[in-house]
Amino acid sequence: MAVKILNAILAIIGGIGGAMVIFWILNKLAESLKGKWEDRIKPWAFAGPAILAIAVYLIYPAIVTIQYSFANATSTAYVGFKNYKDILTDSSFLQVLFNNLLWIVIVPAMVVILGLGVATLADRLQPRGEKMSKTVIFLPMAISMVGAATIWRSVYDYQPKGTPQTGVLNAIMELFGRDPVYWYGTDKLHFNSLLLMIIFIWTQVGYAMVLLSAAIKSVPEDTVEAGRIDGAGEKRIFFSIILPQVWGTVLTVFITVLIGVMKIFDIVYVTTNGGFNTDVIGRRFYFEMFTDNNNGYASAIVVLLMIAIIPVLIYQVRHFKAEEANR
Amino acid sequence: MTTTAVTGTTQAIKQSKPNTGAGSAGLAVKIGLGILCLLWMLPVLGLLISSFRTRDAQLSSGWWNVFKSPLDATQWTMKNYSQVLGDNQSGVNMGKAFINSFIVTVPATVIPILIAAFAAYAFTFMEWRGPDVMFVVIVALLVVPNQVALVPLLKLYGQLGMNNTFPAVWLAHIGFGMPLAVYILRNYMAGLPKAIIESAKIDGASHFTTFWKLIIPMSTPALASFAIFQFLWVWNDLLVSLIFLGRGENTILTVALQGLQGQTGQGRELIPSAGFVTILVPVLVFLSLQRYFIRGMTSGAVKG
Repeated sequence: MAVKILNAILAIIGGIGGAMVIFWILNKLAESLKGKWEDRIKPWAFAGPAILAIAVYLIYPAIVTIQYSFANATSTAYVGFKNYKDILTDSSFLQVLFNNLLWIVIVPAMVVILGLGVATLADRLQPRGEKMSKTVIFLPMAISMVGAATIWRSVYDYQPKGTPQTGVLNAIMELFGRDPVYWYGTDKLHFNSLLLMIIFIWTQVGYAMVLLSAAIKSVPEDTVEAGRIDGAGEKRIFFSIILPQVWGTVLTVFITVLIGVMKIFDIVYVTTNGGFNTDVIGRRFYFEMFTDNNNGYASAIVVLLMIAIIPVLIYQVRHFKAEEANR
Repeated sequence: MTTTAVTGTTQAIKQSKPNTGAGSAGLAVKIGLGILCLLWMLPVLGLLISSFRTRDAQLSSGWWNVFKSPLDATQWTMKNYSQVLGDNQSGVNMGKAFINSFIVTVPATVIPILIAAFAAYAFTFMEWRGPDVMFVVIVALLVVPNQVALVPLLKLYGQLGMNNTFPAVWLAHIGFGMPLAVYILRNYMAGLPKAIIESAKIDGASHFTTFWKLIIPMSTPALASFAIFQFLWVWNDLLVSLIFLGRGENTILTVALQGLQGQTGQGRELIPSAGFVTILVPVLVFLSLQRYFIRGMTSGAVKG
């Protein structure tokens, strides 16, 4: 163990020190140039490593992925649109798309609604109560999806009939004299997918709450006051005065959660591994790439995911440009 | 005379908003939030209790049964933790995985900050062609899921013999975290007063000196927010480490915990304690540095 820790420290120092040395050398090189050239080269010395990292780890692989999506399983020969035709006519993949659509329709909206509700209510507590309840709701945000899935075993766990139940849900079933249910295997009305969504929502509501609470607090008091003087009730004030003013934040939260849901992988992989009709794009992609070793299918799936994300991407860039114009 | 007038107005305002503002919560709201918070922590409590129960206790009754006889010492044990942190029959050593998680996370957090800070400086304070277009690309990349890069990278790492090595994961996390890092830091630096940088230039300070002596100290809040983001993101990541580090000697906590989930016989009692070992560090980091984390989030950070 001691050797392992020593190696760890050396690896960490080596990695970080190496990065620092690279910048020092790059700067020295740029400074060794004369006059105008120094000014021209220096920005590239400063921004170069970042640009390189993005180019090598995101842009170049994305292009190669598109290329692979038109090639066979081992990426040795082009097959045209065969991969796309195969996956889009495969009924199990269509089911995967439908499951992902369920996640997209249900999860971001639920997260926003719950976050908005908690934010509005917690703001009315005394500062100490507000801080405590917010920390509790926010805490799962720090927990990994694998950790969250492990935690929720204490609720969803199933033991065969006749043996003591160790999950809360099945203990409740027992209390009412019902047989224990293997929840992850219950795909009627996609009930098991819903249970997985609850785990994900549990980790995300805090994020929505914090952002929305900050936005609600910055709503000018006099606009709320004006509404009150005009005789609006609390409900009316919330929907007609507060909500429109925090709408930008609602969209930000919605989109962030939406992106997280579109590529969701961990929760499904850890709990059901895509079984019992709970599979999603991210899990299927992992399966095609790593288990099935089919680069063609895996790449085609990712390209479909990228296409689905394009509208979000356009929104993001537009939003950024509008913000820059206000700067 | 004035005093009464002022008191009069404040009272009028207070009366006019009976249902909002700090401390205005009625009993229903308080109870409702209380129940919600209890429900929210219930699964965590269940895991925590289970992690200290013996194998027999865990298998013979649900975790809530401890409330019936909390003083019954035979059900409690520390053995789960001592076992799971060393070599045990389940074949998953969380102690080793814990160290591996640190080896992966620390450089994968510090190095991108360094690289991104230099880039953000160049984007904000240097005059050159290209930053505008490049920055739009970076903003667009914020929402692109990193799955788009995995197939070619796995193939490339295979050809280079880099699979299952730490540098392979470091570099991947550096690349995937870079758009967010540059975005957060550049947005922050753009809000710093330009005059200070100008005067440093007049005093004859080079960009390198200005960067280290002025900009880095002034950017600490933004550096801290990104550091927490990236730390939590890397520590909690499953996919990248599963693919590039796998389940061997170098396996990290999340991958190890996932491997343990399949245990049904021997070793099943170790799952709760393993879960706690996995979430301990991020929860502590989060609780102690919440402020910076929230600041980073409110600065509009989105990660694809």
